[in-house]
Amino acid sequence: MALAQADVLAGLKEIVEEVAGIPAASVELDKNFTDDLDVDSLSMVEVVVAAEERFGVKIPDDSVTDLVTVGDAVNFIVNASK
Amino acid sequence: MSIKATPLSHSRILSVGTYRPQRVVPNSEIVERIESTDEWIVQRTGIESRRFAGDDETVISMAKAACEMALKRAKLSIEDIDTVIVSTISYPFQAPSAATELINELGNPKAAAFDISAACAGFCYGVAMASDLVRSGTSRNVLVIGVEKLSDYTDPDDRATAFIFADGAGAVIIGQSDQPRIGQTIWGSDADSRDAITLTPSFLDFKKNPDKGVGELGWPNISQQGQVVFRWAVYQMSKVGLKALEVAGVSVDELGAFIPHQANIRIIETMAKEMKIPDSVLIADDIRTNGNTSAASIPLAMDRILEEHPELHGKLALLIGYGAGLVYAGQVVELPPKP
Repeated sequence: MALAQADVLAGLKEIVEEVAGIPAASVELDKNFTDDLDVDSLSMVEVVVAAEERFGVKIPDDSVTDLVTVGDAVNFIVNASK
Repeated sequence: MSIKATPLSHSRILSVGTYRPQRVVPNSEIVERIESTDEWIVQRTGIESRRFAGDDETVISMAKAACEMALKRAKLSIEDIDTVIVSTISYPFQAPSAATELINELGNPKAAAFDISAACAGFCYGVAMASDLVRSGTSRNVLVIGVEKLSDYTDPDDRATAFIFADGAGAVIIGQSDQPRIGQTIWGSDADSRDAITLTPSFLDFKKNPDKGVGELGWPNISQQGQVVFRWAVYQMSKVGLKALEVAGVSVDELGAFIPHQANIRIIETMAKEMKIPDSVLIADDIRTNGNTSAASIPLAMDRILEEHPELHGKLALLIGYGAGLVYAGQVVELPPKP
């Protein structure tokens, strides 16, 4: 069963806060990981791996660079869970 | 009829020796060509400075200096060494090997000698082989050397690698022991990701394209996909480390030190977190002032941590090498005794 967008966003907020120390409240769908949230490329890998574990989906290396905004990540995870 | 076999013995690291090139290169010397900053490099890699070898500091001369220090500390002479294993990806000749050139320079041209190509895992591959050679009786005392002059194969304009790689040499002598002091090695490869770290173009490309020089083809420089390597290193190598501990029958809190390949401080710290390494275990961070010296990084880091924490002599350490291939090897060792 596909995950709900709201649940994925809520989980991602916690992950980004834990990995990169970014307050969960600033992690919104339209935020750019690099430019708005200052999540660098290596922290992004930590976010991705934590998201894989939490949501039970696979996010291949090739796809990580496509996850530019929080919304991209949420959509990818929701689609991968279908 | 049966073949006579030497009874198995045990092995240990008798000593470590190193050579660090003279010239210290701070980030300020690197940043201009890659439009970066000292702060950015430190934050992404932990590297504050590195050492680049000069023209008179060759793969062989650096290896020789490291070996001489290791021999002196073990109170052995080169005649006591019967096997030499050199791990390098930056020796500029395919043949004869760096190991034969080295033993000739060291004054024992009769020892068994060969090179291995396992990039940043090469030192741990060498320790694995040397330990088993000693245990089986094939060798008595083995010199294992990790040596690199990566500044020859690094593009100073490459924003992904120019600040990472560096030069240096480290050597250990592995000999017999009264009890096990080197654990079983966990090793392998993930060769389906071999494109993650490459050194291209090949030498044949120059032969096949005589009309094009280095200017057009480019020099064989190291390239790497940072995110792919980071993910593999942290999340796969932490499993390798835990497996190496398990086969050695050592728990993580029995370690004195964790000495992984010095690729990036973020990899080291995240790997340690994944493995739940307690604060009581000292974590090598030689990368901060020495950069990533591939095969040389573990013995260099081992020597540094022993120098800063002499109480670690004779204590247990977990070593993990990982790099281009992708290849990896890890083992628990007892750190060499105080010279």
